[in-house]
Amino acid sequence: MTLTAETDAIPTRFAGYRAVLASRMRSQRSYRSNFVIDLASSGLVGLIELAEVWLLFHQVTVLGGLNFTQVLLVFGLADMCYSIADMVVGHCDTLPKYIREGTLDVFYLRPQPLLLQLMTSDISLRRLTRAGIGLTSLVIALCINDIHWSVAHVALLVLTIVCAIAIFSAMYIWAAGVQFFLIQGAEFTNAFVYGGRYAATQPAAVWSLPLKGLFGFVFPMALAAYVPALRLLDLPGPAGMPNWLAWCTPVAAVWMWGFALIMWRFGVRHYQGGGG
Amino acid sequence: MFGGLVANMTFGFLKVAMLFATVRAAGGTVQGYDVGSMSAYIWVSQGMLGSVNLHGRLDFSERIKNGDVAVDFLRPVNVQMATIATEVGKAVFALIPRGLPSVAIGALLVGMTMPTSPTAYVLGLVSLVIGITVSFSTVYLVAVAGFWLIETRGIQILYMVLSGFFAGLFVPIALFPDWLLALAEATPCPSMMMYPIDILTGRTTGGAAYGLVGVQLAWLAGTLLIGHLLTTAGRRKLEVQGG
Repeated sequence: MTLTAETDAIPTRFAGYRAVLASRMRSQRSYRSNFVIDLASSGLVGLIELAEVWLLFHQVTVLGGLNFTQVLLVFGLADMCYSIADMVVGHCDTLPKYIREGTLDVFYLRPQPLLLQLMTSDISLRRLTRAGIGLTSLVIALCINDIHWSVAHVALLVLTIVCAIAIFSAMYIWAAGVQFFLIQGAEFTNAFVYGGRYAATQPAAVWSLPLKGLFGFVFPMALAAYVPALRLLDLPGPAGMPNWLAWCTPVAAVWMWGFALIMWRFGVRHYQGGGG
Repeated sequence: MFGGLVANMTFGFLKVAMLFATVRAAGGTVQGYDVGSMSAYIWVSQGMLGSVNLHGRLDFSERIKNGDVAVDFLRPVNVQMATIATEVGKAVFALIPRGLPSVAIGALLVGMTMPTSPTAYVLGLVSLVIGITVSFSTVYLVAVAGFWLIETRGIQILYMVLSGFFAGLFVPIALFPDWLLALAEATPCPSMMMYPIDILTGRTTGGAAYGLVGVQLAWLAGTLLIGHLLTTAGRRKLEVQGG
Protein backbone atom coordinates (compact mmCIF):
# COMPACT_ATOMS: atom_id res chain seq x y z
CA MET A 1 0.00 0.00 0.00
CA THR A 2 2.86 2.34 0.86
CA LEU A 3 4.33 1.50 -2.54
CA THR A 4 1.26 2.73 -4.40
CA ALA A 5 1.22 5.82 -2.23
CA GLU A 6 4.83 6.50 -3.14
CA THR A 7 4.39 5.98 -6.87
CA ASP A 8 1.37 8.23 -6.79
CA ALA A 9 3.49 10.83 -5.07
CA ILE A 10 6.02 10.97 -7.93
CA PRO A 11 5.32 14.22 -9.77
CA THR A 12 2.82 13.65 -12.54
CA ARG A 13 5.28 15.30 -14.92
CA PHE A 14 6.84 11.91 -15.55
CA ALA A 15 3.66 9.85 -15.39
CA GLY A 16 2.92 10.40 -19.07
CA TYR A 17 6.33 9.24 -20.24
CA ARG A 18 6.17 6.25 -17.93
CA ALA A 19 2.78 5.24 -19.23
CA VAL A 20 3.91 5.51 -22.87
CA LEU A 21 7.07 3.50 -22.27
CA ALA A 22 5.20 0.83 -20.32
CA SER A 23 2.60 0.49 -23.08
CA ARG A 24 5.36 0.24 -25.72
CA MET A 25 7.06 -2.54 -23.80
CA ARG A 26 3.77 -4.38 -23.39
CA SER A 27 2.87 -4.02 -27.06
CA GLN A 28 6.21 -5.45 -28.24
CA ARG A 29 5.80 -8.52 -26.10
CA SER A 30 2.21 -9.15 -27.05
CA TYR A 31 3.09 -10.62 -30.49
CA ARG A 32 5.15 -13.39 -28.95
CA SER A 33 6.57 -15.16 -32.01
CA ASN A 34 7.42 -11.92 -33.78
CA PHE A 35 9.15 -10.70 -30.62
CA VAL A 36 11.18 -13.91 -30.38
CA ILE A 37 12.28 -13.61 -34.04
CA ASP A 38 13.22 -9.96 -33.37
CA LEU A 39 15.26 -10.92 -30.31
CA ALA A 40 17.03 -13.68 -32.26
CA SER A 41 17.80 -11.44 -35.25
CA SER A 42 19.19 -8.71 -33.05
CA GLY A 43 21.38 -11.20 -31.17
CA LEU A 44 22.59 -12.48 -34.53
CA VAL A 45 23.54 -8.93 -35.55
CA GLY A 46 25.81 -8.75 -32.49
CA LEU A 47 27.34 -12.16 -33.23
CA ILE A 48 28.04 -11.32 -36.89
CA GLU A 49 29.67 -8.04 -35.90
CA LEU A 50 31.88 -9.95 -33.48
CA ALA A 51 32.64 -12.49 -36.23
CA GLU A 52 33.78 -9.70 -38.55
CA VAL A 53 36.40 -8.70 -35.98
CA TRP A 54 37.36 -12.29 -35.17
CA LEU A 55 37.84 -13.16 -38.87
CA LEU A 56 40.67 -10.64 -39.16
CA PHE A 57 42.35 -12.08 -36.08
CA HIS A 58 41.95 -15.50 -37.66
CA GLN A 59 44.57 -14.25 -40.18
CA VAL A 60 46.90 -12.26 -37.90
CA THR A 61 47.63 -12.24 -34.16
CA VAL A 62 48.12 -8.52 -33.52
CA LEU A 63 46.20 -5.70 -35.17
CA GLY A 64 46.71 -2.04 -34.32
CA GLY A 65 48.81 -3.06 -31.32
CA LEU A 66 46.11 -5.27 -29.80
CA ASN A 67 45.59 -9.03 -29.78
CA PHE A 68 42.15 -10.64 -29.99
CA THR A 69 41.43 -10.78 -26.25
CA GLN A 70 42.36 -7.10 -25.96
CA VAL A 71 40.21 -6.13 -28.95
CA LEU A 72 37.38 -8.10 -27.36
CA LEU A 73 37.44 -5.53 -24.54
CA VAL A 74 37.14 -2.67 -27.06
CA PHE A 75 34.37 -4.51 -28.93
CA GLY A 76 32.46 -5.41 -25.76
CA LEU A 77 32.52 -1.85 -24.40
CA ALA A 78 31.60 -0.27 -27.72
CA ASP A 79 28.91 -2.72 -28.77
CA MET A 80 27.20 -2.96 -25.38
CA CYS A 81 27.05 0.82 -24.92
CA TYR A 82 25.97 1.40 -28.52
CA SER A 83 23.19 -1.22 -28.26
CA ILE A 84 21.86 0.34 -25.07
CA ALA A 85 21.85 3.79 -26.69
CA ASP A 86 20.18 2.26 -29.75
CA MET A 87 17.53 0.63 -27.56
CA VAL A 88 16.72 3.86 -25.74
CA VAL A 89 16.93 6.52 -28.49
CA GLY A 90 17.59 4.55 -31.71
CA HIS A 91 14.00 5.10 -32.89
CA CYS A 92 14.84 8.82 -33.28
CA ASP A 93 15.98 7.90 -36.78
CA THR A 94 12.33 7.47 -37.77
CA LEU A 95 12.00 11.27 -37.50
CA PRO A 96 12.42 11.84 -41.28
CA LYS A 97 9.33 9.65 -41.79
CA TYR A 98 7.33 11.72 -39.28
CA ILE A 99 8.47 14.93 -40.99
CA ARG A 100 7.63 13.74 -44.51
CA GLU A 101 4.23 12.37 -43.53
CA GLY A 102 3.41 15.39 -41.40
CA THR A 103 2.71 13.20 -38.37
CA LEU A 104 5.30 15.14 -36.36
CA ASP A 105 2.70 17.88 -35.86
CA VAL A 106 0.81 15.54 -33.51
CA PHE A 107 3.74 15.76 -31.09
CA TYR A 108 3.28 19.54 -31.00
CA LEU A 109 -0.28 19.15 -29.70
CA ARG A 110 0.92 17.61 -26.44
CA PRO A 111 2.11 19.84 -23.62
CA GLN A 112 5.50 18.15 -23.31
CA PRO A 113 8.96 19.00 -24.73
CA LEU A 114 9.31 17.69 -28.29
CA LEU A 115 12.68 15.98 -27.85
CA LEU A 116 11.67 14.23 -24.63
CA GLN A 117 8.50 12.99 -26.32
CA LEU A 118 10.43 11.67 -29.29
CA MET A 119 13.00 9.96 -27.06
CA THR A 120 10.37 8.32 -24.90
CA SER A 121 8.00 7.51 -27.77
CA ASP A 122 9.41 3.99 -28.06
CA ILE A 123 11.95 1.60 -26.59
CA SER A 124 13.24 -1.29 -28.70
CA LEU A 125 13.39 -4.21 -26.30
CA ARG A 126 14.61 -6.47 -29.11
CA ARG A 127 18.03 -4.78 -28.84
CA LEU A 128 18.45 -6.45 -25.44
CA THR A 129 19.98 -9.57 -26.99
CA ARG A 130 22.49 -7.50 -28.93
CA ALA A 131 23.46 -5.61 -25.77
CA GLY A 132 23.76 -9.05 -24.18
CA ILE A 133 26.35 -10.12 -26.78
CA GLY A 134 28.28 -6.93 -26.00
CA LEU A 135 28.02 -7.51 -22.25
CA THR A 136 29.18 -11.12 -22.60
CA SER A 137 32.19 -10.03 -24.69
CA LEU A 138 32.98 -7.36 -22.13
CA VAL A 139 32.79 -9.71 -19.14
CA ILE A 140 34.89 -12.38 -20.88
CA ALA A 141 37.45 -9.75 -21.90
CA LEU A 142 37.62 -8.33 -18.36
CA CYS A 143 38.22 -11.82 -16.95
CA ILE A 144 40.85 -13.13 -19.37
CA ASN A 145 42.88 -9.95 -19.85
CA ASP A 146 45.67 -9.17 -17.44
CA ILE A 147 44.21 -6.14 -15.64
CA HIS A 148 45.72 -4.92 -12.37
CA TRP A 149 42.46 -3.98 -10.69
CA SER A 150 42.35 -0.96 -8.41
CA VAL A 151 39.69 1.51 -7.35
CA ALA A 152 40.74 3.76 -10.23
CA HIS A 153 40.21 0.92 -12.73
CA VAL A 154 36.70 0.21 -11.47
CA ALA A 155 35.87 3.92 -11.47
CA LEU A 156 37.18 4.28 -15.02
CA LEU A 157 35.13 1.30 -16.22
CA VAL A 158 31.91 2.66 -14.74
CA LEU A 159 32.63 6.17 -16.00
CA THR A 160 33.37 4.84 -19.49
CA ILE A 161 30.15 2.84 -19.72
CA VAL A 162 28.02 5.81 -18.64
CA CYS A 163 29.81 8.27 -20.94
CA ALA A 164 29.91 5.92 -23.93
CA ILE A 165 26.13 5.39 -23.73
CA ALA A 166 25.74 9.19 -23.55
CA ILE A 167 28.05 9.72 -26.56
CA PHE A 168 26.23 7.17 -28.75
CA SER A 169 22.81 8.54 -27.73
CA ALA A 170 23.90 12.07 -28.60
CA MET A 171 24.86 10.83 -32.08
CA TYR A 172 21.23 9.87 -32.69
CA ILE A 173 19.99 13.23 -31.38
CA TRP A 174 22.18 15.46 -33.56
CA ALA A 175 21.37 13.26 -36.54
CA ALA A 176 17.66 13.73 -35.82
CA GLY A 177 18.09 17.51 -35.55
CA VAL A 178 19.76 17.67 -38.95
CA GLN A 179 16.84 15.77 -40.54
CA PHE A 180 14.72 18.95 -40.34
CA PHE A 181 17.02 20.39 -43.02
CA LEU A 182 17.84 17.25 -44.99
CA ILE A 183 14.32 15.71 -45.11
CA GLN A 184 15.52 12.78 -47.28
CA GLY A 185 19.10 12.73 -46.07
CA ALA A 186 19.20 9.99 -43.43
CA GLU A 187 21.96 8.24 -45.40
CA PHE A 188 24.24 11.21 -44.79
CA THR A 189 23.89 11.06 -41.02
CA ASN A 190 23.96 7.24 -41.02
CA ALA A 191 27.52 7.53 -42.28
CA PHE A 192 28.43 8.97 -38.89
CA VAL A 193 25.92 7.24 -36.60
CA TYR A 194 26.43 3.69 -37.92
CA GLY A 195 29.91 4.43 -39.25
CA GLY A 196 30.64 5.67 -35.73
CA ARG A 197 29.57 2.38 -34.21
CA TYR A 198 31.81 0.49 -36.63
CA ALA A 199 34.66 2.90 -35.83
CA ALA A 200 34.18 2.57 -32.06
CA THR A 201 34.83 -1.20 -32.21
CA GLN A 202 38.14 -0.74 -34.05
CA PRO A 203 41.59 -0.18 -32.56
CA ALA A 204 42.08 3.48 -33.54
CA ALA A 205 45.82 2.94 -34.03
CA VAL A 206 45.06 1.65 -37.55
CA TRP A 207 43.30 4.87 -38.61
CA SER A 208 44.69 7.40 -41.04
CA LEU A 209 45.04 11.01 -39.87
CA PRO A 210 41.66 12.25 -41.25
CA LEU A 211 39.87 9.31 -39.56
CA LYS A 212 41.64 10.07 -36.27
CA GLY A 213 40.40 13.64 -36.52
CA LEU A 214 36.84 12.66 -37.46
CA PHE A 215 36.23 9.69 -35.15
CA GLY A 216 38.85 10.53 -32.53
CA PHE A 217 37.83 14.08 -31.75
CA VAL A 218 34.91 15.52 -33.81
CA PHE A 219 32.75 12.48 -33.07
CA PRO A 220 34.78 11.04 -30.20
CA MET A 221 34.23 7.36 -30.98
CA ALA A 222 37.77 6.34 -30.00
CA LEU A 223 37.13 7.78 -26.52
CA ALA A 224 34.03 5.61 -26.08
CA ALA A 225 35.90 2.31 -25.95
CA TYR A 226 39.39 2.12 -27.45
CA VAL A 227 41.24 4.67 -25.30
CA PRO A 228 39.60 3.57 -22.01
CA ALA A 229 40.44 -0.04 -22.94
CA LEU A 230 44.09 0.96 -23.42
CA ARG A 231 44.09 2.59 -19.99
CA LEU A 232 42.53 -0.48 -18.35
CA LEU A 233 45.11 -2.71 -20.04
CA ASP A 234 47.89 -0.25 -19.19
CA LEU A 235 48.99 0.00 -22.84
CA PRO A 236 50.41 3.17 -24.43
CA GLY A 237 48.21 4.94 -26.99
CA PRO A 238 49.08 5.69 -30.62
CA ALA A 239 50.36 9.13 -31.69
CA GLY A 240 47.88 11.82 -30.69
CA MET A 241 45.91 9.56 -28.34
CA PRO A 242 47.77 9.12 -25.04
CA ASN A 243 45.93 6.72 -22.74
CA TRP A 244 45.30 9.34 -20.01
CA LEU A 245 42.69 10.71 -22.42
CA ALA A 246 40.54 7.88 -21.05
CA TRP A 247 39.68 10.17 -18.13
CA CYS A 248 38.39 12.76 -20.63
CA THR A 249 35.38 10.69 -21.76
CA PRO A 250 33.04 12.94 -19.70
CA VAL A 251 34.37 15.92 -21.67
CA ALA A 252 33.64 14.04 -24.88
CA ALA A 253 30.13 13.18 -23.65
CA VAL A 254 29.42 16.80 -22.68
CA TRP A 255 30.73 18.00 -26.06
CA MET A 256 28.57 15.51 -27.98
CA TRP A 257 25.44 16.40 -26.00
CA GLY A 258 26.11 20.11 -26.40
CA PHE A 259 26.51 19.62 -30.14
CA ALA A 260 23.42 17.39 -30.28
CA LEU A 261 21.18 19.85 -28.41
CA ILE A 262 22.36 22.79 -30.54
CA MET A 263 21.68 20.82 -33.73
CA TRP A 264 18.28 19.80 -32.40
CA ARG A 265 17.42 23.39 -31.54
CA PHE A 266 18.49 24.61 -35.02
CA GLY A 267 16.33 21.91 -36.56
CA VAL A 268 13.23 22.64 -34.53
CA ARG A 269 13.59 26.40 -35.14
CA HIS A 270 13.78 25.67 -38.85
CA TYR A 271 10.67 23.46 -38.88
CA GLN A 272 7.59 25.14 -40.34
CA GLY A 273 5.01 22.42 -39.76
CA GLY A 274 3.53 19.78 -42.03
CA GLY A 275 0.83 22.05 -43.42
CA GLY A 276 -1.95 20.02 -41.80
CA MET B 1 22.39 10.19 -53.53
CA PHE B 2 25.03 12.55 -52.08
CA GLY B 3 24.32 11.22 -48.60
CA GLY B 4 24.79 7.68 -49.86
CA LEU B 5 28.14 8.62 -51.34
CA VAL B 6 29.28 10.14 -48.02
CA ALA B 7 28.26 6.92 -46.26
CA ASN B 8 30.14 4.84 -48.85
CA MET B 9 33.25 6.94 -48.33
CA THR B 10 33.18 6.84 -44.53
CA PHE B 11 32.72 3.08 -44.37
CA GLY B 12 35.25 2.68 -47.18
CA PHE B 13 37.97 4.49 -45.27
CA LEU B 14 37.21 2.54 -42.07
CA LYS B 15 37.46 -0.71 -44.05
CA VAL B 16 40.73 0.51 -45.58
CA ALA B 17 42.14 1.15 -42.09
CA MET B 18 41.26 -2.29 -40.72
CA LEU B 19 41.97 -4.41 -43.78
CA PHE B 20 45.21 -2.66 -44.74
CA ALA B 21 46.40 -3.13 -41.15
CA THR B 22 45.54 -6.82 -41.47
CA VAL B 23 47.47 -7.16 -44.75
CA ARG B 24 50.48 -5.38 -43.27
CA ALA B 25 50.39 -7.36 -40.03
CA ALA B 26 50.33 -10.57 -42.07
CA GLY B 27 53.54 -9.50 -43.80
CA GLY B 28 52.28 -7.94 -47.03
CA THR B 29 49.81 -10.52 -48.30
CA VAL B 30 46.86 -12.29 -46.74
CA GLN B 31 45.17 -15.10 -48.69
CA GLY B 32 46.51 -13.63 -51.94
CA TYR B 33 45.42 -10.06 -51.18
CA ASP B 34 48.08 -7.35 -51.13
CA VAL B 35 47.40 -3.71 -50.32
CA GLY B 36 46.51 -2.84 -53.93
CA SER B 37 44.07 -5.70 -54.49
CA MET B 38 42.55 -5.24 -51.03
CA SER B 39 41.91 -1.61 -51.93
CA ALA B 40 40.27 -2.69 -55.19
CA TYR B 41 38.05 -5.11 -53.23
CA ILE B 42 37.06 -2.38 -50.76
CA TRP B 43 36.18 0.33 -53.27
CA VAL B 44 34.43 -1.91 -55.78
CA SER B 45 32.35 -3.40 -52.95
CA GLN B 46 31.50 0.07 -51.61
CA GLY B 47 30.53 1.12 -55.13
CA MET B 48 28.19 -1.88 -55.50
CA LEU B 49 26.48 -1.19 -52.19
CA GLY B 50 23.92 1.19 -53.71
CA SER B 51 22.94 -1.36 -56.36
CA VAL B 52 23.04 -4.81 -54.76
CA ASN B 53 20.09 -5.37 -52.45
CA LEU B 54 21.60 -6.54 -49.16
CA HIS B 55 18.90 -5.00 -46.95
CA GLY B 56 16.05 -7.25 -48.04
CA ARG B 57 13.45 -4.48 -48.41
CA LEU B 58 11.24 -4.46 -51.50
CA ASP B 59 8.22 -2.26 -52.26
CA PHE B 60 6.49 -5.39 -53.50
CA SER B 61 6.24 -6.84 -49.96
CA GLU B 62 4.22 -3.77 -48.96
CA ARG B 63 1.86 -4.44 -51.91
CA ILE B 64 1.32 -8.01 -50.73
CA LYS B 65 0.58 -6.79 -47.23
CA ASN B 66 -1.96 -4.14 -48.21
CA GLY B 67 -3.58 -6.15 -50.99
CA ASP B 68 -2.47 -3.98 -53.93
CA VAL B 69 -0.89 -7.12 -55.33
CA ALA B 70 -4.36 -8.13 -56.53
CA VAL B 71 -4.13 -5.32 -59.08
CA ASP B 72 -0.68 -6.51 -60.14
CA PHE B 73 -2.11 -9.95 -60.88
CA LEU B 74 -4.72 -8.38 -63.20
CA ARG B 75 -2.03 -6.85 -65.41
CA PRO B 76 -0.97 -8.82 -68.50
CA VAL B 77 2.64 -9.15 -67.30
CA ASN B 78 4.48 -11.71 -65.21
CA VAL B 79 4.43 -10.23 -61.69
CA GLN B 80 7.75 -11.76 -60.65
CA MET B 81 9.64 -10.68 -63.77
CA ALA B 82 8.10 -7.19 -63.77
CA THR B 83 9.05 -6.62 -60.11
CA ILE B 84 12.62 -7.84 -60.54
CA ALA B 85 13.11 -5.96 -63.84
CA THR B 86 11.94 -2.66 -62.31
CA GLU B 87 14.31 -3.03 -59.36
CA VAL B 88 17.28 -4.15 -61.47
CA GLY B 89 16.74 -1.13 -63.73
CA LYS B 90 16.90 1.25 -60.77
CA ALA B 91 19.92 -0.58 -59.36
CA VAL B 92 21.91 -0.48 -62.60
CA PHE B 93 21.21 3.23 -62.86
CA ALA B 94 22.49 3.74 -59.29
CA LEU B 95 25.90 2.57 -60.47
CA ILE B 96 26.34 5.94 -62.23
CA PRO B 97 25.82 8.37 -59.32
CA ARG B 98 27.01 6.04 -56.54
CA GLY B 99 29.10 3.22 -57.96
CA LEU B 100 31.50 5.03 -60.28
CA PRO B 101 32.29 7.92 -57.87
CA SER B 102 33.09 5.46 -55.05
CA VAL B 103 35.53 3.56 -57.22
CA ALA B 104 36.98 6.79 -58.65
CA ILE B 105 37.53 8.38 -55.23
CA GLY B 106 39.08 5.17 -53.93
CA ALA B 107 41.40 4.95 -56.94
CA LEU B 108 42.46 8.60 -56.60
CA LEU B 109 42.82 8.90 -52.82
CA VAL B 110 43.98 5.41 -51.87
CA GLY B 111 45.10 3.80 -55.11
CA MET B 112 44.26 0.27 -56.22
CA THR B 113 45.39 -2.51 -58.50
CA MET B 114 43.06 -3.07 -61.43
CA PRO B 115 43.34 -5.75 -64.13
CA THR B 116 44.89 -4.85 -67.47
CA SER B 117 43.05 -7.34 -69.66
CA PRO B 118 39.79 -6.15 -71.25
CA THR B 119 38.11 -9.53 -70.68
CA ALA B 120 38.16 -8.92 -66.90
CA TYR B 121 36.09 -5.78 -67.41
CA VAL B 122 33.69 -7.24 -69.98
CA LEU B 123 33.11 -10.45 -68.04
CA GLY B 124 33.14 -8.42 -64.79
CA LEU B 125 30.32 -6.17 -65.96
CA VAL B 126 28.27 -9.19 -67.08
CA SER B 127 28.90 -10.77 -63.69
CA LEU B 128 27.98 -7.50 -61.94
CA VAL B 129 24.59 -7.32 -63.66
CA ILE B 130 23.90 -10.99 -62.88
CA GLY B 131 24.95 -10.34 -59.27
CA ILE B 132 22.52 -7.44 -58.92
CA THR B 133 19.78 -9.57 -60.46
CA VAL B 134 20.48 -12.50 -58.10
CA SER B 135 20.17 -10.13 -55.12
CA PHE B 136 16.72 -9.02 -56.26
CA SER B 137 15.53 -12.50 -57.27
CA THR B 138 16.49 -13.63 -53.75
CA VAL B 139 14.91 -10.63 -51.99
CA TYR B 140 11.78 -11.37 -54.05
CA LEU B 141 11.62 -14.71 -52.19
CA VAL B 142 11.65 -12.81 -48.88
CA ALA B 143 8.79 -10.64 -50.16
CA VAL B 144 6.57 -13.49 -51.44
CA ALA B 145 6.88 -15.21 -48.08
CA GLY B 146 4.42 -12.46 -47.17
CA PHE B 147 1.61 -14.40 -48.89
CA TRP B 148 1.77 -16.74 -45.88
CA LEU B 149 3.35 -14.59 -43.16
CA ILE B 150 1.81 -11.14 -43.94
CA GLU B 151 4.50 -9.46 -41.80
CA THR B 152 7.91 -10.28 -43.27
CA ARG B 153 10.05 -7.95 -41.17
CA GLY B 154 11.55 -10.83 -39.20
CA ILE B 155 12.98 -12.65 -42.24
CA GLN B 156 13.85 -9.35 -43.91
CA ILE B 157 16.10 -8.50 -40.96
CA LEU B 158 17.49 -12.03 -40.97
CA TYR B 159 18.31 -11.59 -44.67
CA MET B 160 19.91 -8.21 -44.00
CA VAL B 161 22.14 -9.63 -41.26
CA LEU B 162 23.28 -12.72 -43.12
CA SER B 163 23.46 -11.57 -46.74
CA GLY B 164 26.04 -8.82 -46.18
CA PHE B 165 28.22 -11.14 -44.16
CA PHE B 166 28.11 -14.04 -46.64
CA ALA B 167 28.34 -11.72 -49.65
CA GLY B 168 31.72 -10.56 -48.33
CA LEU B 169 30.69 -6.98 -47.60
CA PHE B 170 32.97 -6.35 -44.62
CA VAL B 171 35.52 -9.13 -44.93
CA PRO B 172 36.24 -10.93 -48.25
CA ILE B 173 35.06 -14.53 -47.98
CA ALA B 174 38.53 -15.77 -48.96
CA LEU B 175 39.54 -14.82 -45.39
CA PHE B 176 36.87 -17.09 -43.89
CA PRO B 177 37.94 -20.37 -42.27
CA ASP B 178 37.05 -23.41 -44.42
CA TRP B 179 33.83 -24.38 -42.66
CA LEU B 180 32.49 -20.83 -42.83
CA LEU B 181 33.51 -20.50 -46.47
CA ALA B 182 31.62 -23.72 -47.26
CA LEU B 183 28.58 -22.30 -45.46
CA ALA B 184 28.79 -19.04 -47.41
CA GLU B 185 29.12 -20.87 -50.73
CA ALA B 186 25.97 -22.84 -49.93
CA THR B 187 24.00 -19.55 -50.15
CA PRO B 188 23.37 -17.29 -53.16
CA CYS B 189 25.06 -14.39 -51.32
CA PRO B 190 28.62 -14.65 -52.75
CA SER B 191 27.03 -14.58 -56.23
CA MET B 192 25.57 -11.16 -55.45
CA MET B 193 28.76 -9.35 -54.56
CA MET B 194 31.92 -11.40 -53.98
CA TYR B 195 32.12 -13.16 -57.38
CA PRO B 196 31.57 -9.98 -59.44
CA ILE B 197 34.27 -8.26 -57.36
CA ASP B 198 36.67 -11.19 -57.83
CA ILE B 199 36.22 -10.99 -61.60
CA LEU B 200 36.21 -7.18 -61.88
CA THR B 201 39.38 -6.78 -59.82
CA GLY B 202 41.20 -9.54 -61.69
CA ARG B 203 41.54 -11.83 -58.67
CA THR B 204 39.84 -14.62 -60.58
CA THR B 205 40.72 -14.93 -64.27
CA GLY B 206 40.41 -17.31 -67.21
CA GLY B 207 38.36 -20.48 -66.89
CA ALA B 208 37.77 -19.96 -63.16
CA ALA B 209 36.10 -16.61 -63.91
CA TYR B 210 33.71 -18.29 -66.37
CA GLY B 211 33.10 -20.88 -63.67
CA LEU B 212 32.03 -18.17 -61.21
CA VAL B 213 29.63 -16.70 -63.78
CA GLY B 214 28.25 -20.21 -64.26
CA VAL B 215 27.64 -20.52 -60.50
CA GLN B 216 25.91 -17.12 -60.56
CA LEU B 217 23.64 -18.20 -63.43
CA ALA B 218 22.76 -21.39 -61.57
CA TRP B 219 21.74 -19.39 -58.47
CA LEU B 220 19.80 -16.98 -60.66
CA ALA B 221 17.89 -19.83 -62.31
CA GLY B 222 17.28 -21.51 -58.95
CA THR B 223 15.97 -18.42 -57.17
CA LEU B 224 13.82 -17.44 -60.16
CA LEU B 225 12.27 -20.90 -60.29
CA ILE B 226 11.49 -20.97 -56.57
CA GLY B 227 10.13 -17.43 -56.85
CA HIS B 228 7.87 -18.52 -59.72
CA LEU B 229 6.53 -21.51 -57.78
CA LEU B 230 5.92 -19.42 -54.65
CA THR B 231 4.16 -16.71 -56.68
CA THR B 232 1.80 -19.27 -58.23
CA ALA B 233 1.11 -20.92 -54.88
CA GLY B 234 0.76 -17.57 -53.10
CA ARG B 235 -1.70 -16.32 -55.69
CA ARG B 236 -4.00 -19.21 -54.80
CA LYS B 237 -3.54 -18.52 -51.11
CA LEU B 238 -4.08 -14.76 -51.43
CA GLU B 239 -7.15 -13.36 -49.79
CA VAL B 240 -7.76 -9.62 -50.00
CA GLN B 241 -10.22 -8.09 -47.58
CA GLY B 242 -12.67 -5.45 -48.70
CA GLY B 243 -12.77 -4.06 -52.20
